[in-house]
Amino acid sequence: MKMVMAVIRPEKLNDVLEALYRAEVTGLTISRVRGHGGETEQVETYRGTTVKVELHDKVRIEIGVSDPFVEPTVRAILSAGRTGDVGDGKIFVLPVEKVYRIRTGEEDRSAVTPVSAEESGV
Amino acid sequence: MPAISPADTAWMLVATAMVLLMTPALGFFYGGMVRAKNALNTMMMSYVALGFVGVAWAIIGYSLAFSEGGGLVGNLHFAFLNNVGLEAKGSIPHILFASYQGTFAVITAALISGAIVERMRFGPYLTFIALWSIGVYAPIAHWVWGGGWLGKLGALDFAGGTVVHINAAAAALVGAIVLGPRKDYTRQAIIPQNVPFTLLGTGILWFGWFGFNGGSALAASTSAALAFANTMFAPMATLVVWSLLDLMRTRKTTAVGAATAIVVGLVAITPAAGFVSPISAIALGGIAAPASYFAIIWRARTRLDDSLDVVAAHGVGGTVGALLTGILAEKAWNGASDGALFGNPRQLGIQVAAVLATIVYSAVATFVIIKVIGFGFNLRASAKEEGIGLDVTQHGEEAYSRGEGAILVRADRS
Repeated sequence: MKMVMAVIRPEKLNDVLEALYRAEVTGLTISRVRGHGGETEQVETYRGTTVKVELHDKVRIEIGVSDPFVEPTVRAILSAGRTGDVGDGKIFVLPVEKVYRIRTGEEDRSAVTPVSAEESGV
Repeated sequence: MPAISPADTAWMLVATAMVLLMTPALGFFYGGMVRAKNALNTMMMSYVALGFVGVAWAIIGYSLAFSEGGGLVGNLHFAFLNNVGLEAKGSIPHILFASYQGTFAVITAALISGAIVERMRFGPYLTFIALWSIGVYAPIAHWVWGGGWLGKLGALDFAGGTVVHINAAAAALVGAIVLGPRKDYTRQAIIPQNVPFTLLGTGILWFGWFGFNGGSALAASTSAALAFANTMFAPMATLVVWSLLDLMRTRKTTAVGAATAIVVGLVAITPAAGFVSPISAIALGGIAAPASYFAIIWRARTRLDDSLDVVAAHGVGGTVGALLTGILAEKAWNGASDGALFGNPRQLGIQVAAVLATIVYSAVATFVIIKVIGFGFNLRASAKEEGIGLDVTQHGEEAYSRGEGAILVRADRS
């Protein structure tokens, strides 16, 4: 089991979600975050006060997946989240010690398998 | 020379301020319906019309619209507000009349922006609205109100159903087609960033519209009172019918729908305000609802990205209003003309001619202006700029900036 954590551009979220759904990755959490990864600052001016905005709006996606799903998940984010400019973000794949599904108490692989997939016998 | 009436002047001073307030209100109405990253850009599209169209109006627009000239356009007699002084125009000072009419030019140009939000670069937009107010608004205002051919033909347009709403909608349609749809249109959900803004803008628009329609009597008169009452009742009827349509279709009454309904009712009553009885106004407002309601539903299924439905609200609403004026006008109330329902079917024919002439001229002239600007400038923001949002890329500001991670570069001290 792995935790795939990606930080992407907010305007790419929709494309990434579409790609993930096509890869049959359906269980995920997103949060709006701010960060800095070396892209050029955005300059803004308010009544003669000029500021450089160093922290950019980003979206963080967290996806707990079983090992066979790591590769498709990462590939979906890589292809759909890319614009080619600095600031496209990062993907981190982290080891996961244990996963529980709160509703049923299921553990590990069965806890990260979507309910719909279970029911349809996949 | 006719005397200046203090009562008329007092009312028209207030009415002018009320109509001017409608343009910022339109900024809130539109600004609430776009995405947060384009909120300032959308609101600015309305606010800048106050400057760019207003100054164009003073320089030449007013003269082309309201000096004598010919049937198609005025001359330069009032250019730079020359010969526009404190003398009486009707029963109010001439300069007040010119100011009042200027507020109409401003909001008409701003209305168009609803069709091209979230993608048009700002420089070309500024050029467009200034040229449009001179080349399209001023001549059509002249046709109907400035002694031009539609007025002489007997077309009834109390406060601007053709001049303002159908005109702006035809321009909006051309603008949306020439610019093309937003890159995300029909590809992802685009939902309003701040519906309370839209409701707030609607409320202020309605308030201002009493000056728009009531003031179009150009006097504190019984005609103004009739227009005022109709401006109250017609949108009320539209709101009721729209809400019921919403309930029947989706089992829910939406807030954006209510805001749209009120504006559609206001648009529809605009040409008829001083010509029809209050009960006719209620009927007119009610009839306008399904026309615009289903036009919006139909439009959303097409590739036409008229983003904030200028055509469905102002074009359809304005056309319904202009045609029903030709049917429901009552001499007993307006002292001048009857409509088809009261024994004068010819009036409906004149109204049809006025609507068609406005659509054709506005569409063609708008197309020429926007293509000429497009020849010299890039009209559209790049896909990347559209992704980041036009607030940051066009204005260097954010609507909802949190200031985290902002580093002070330079503080101007003067």
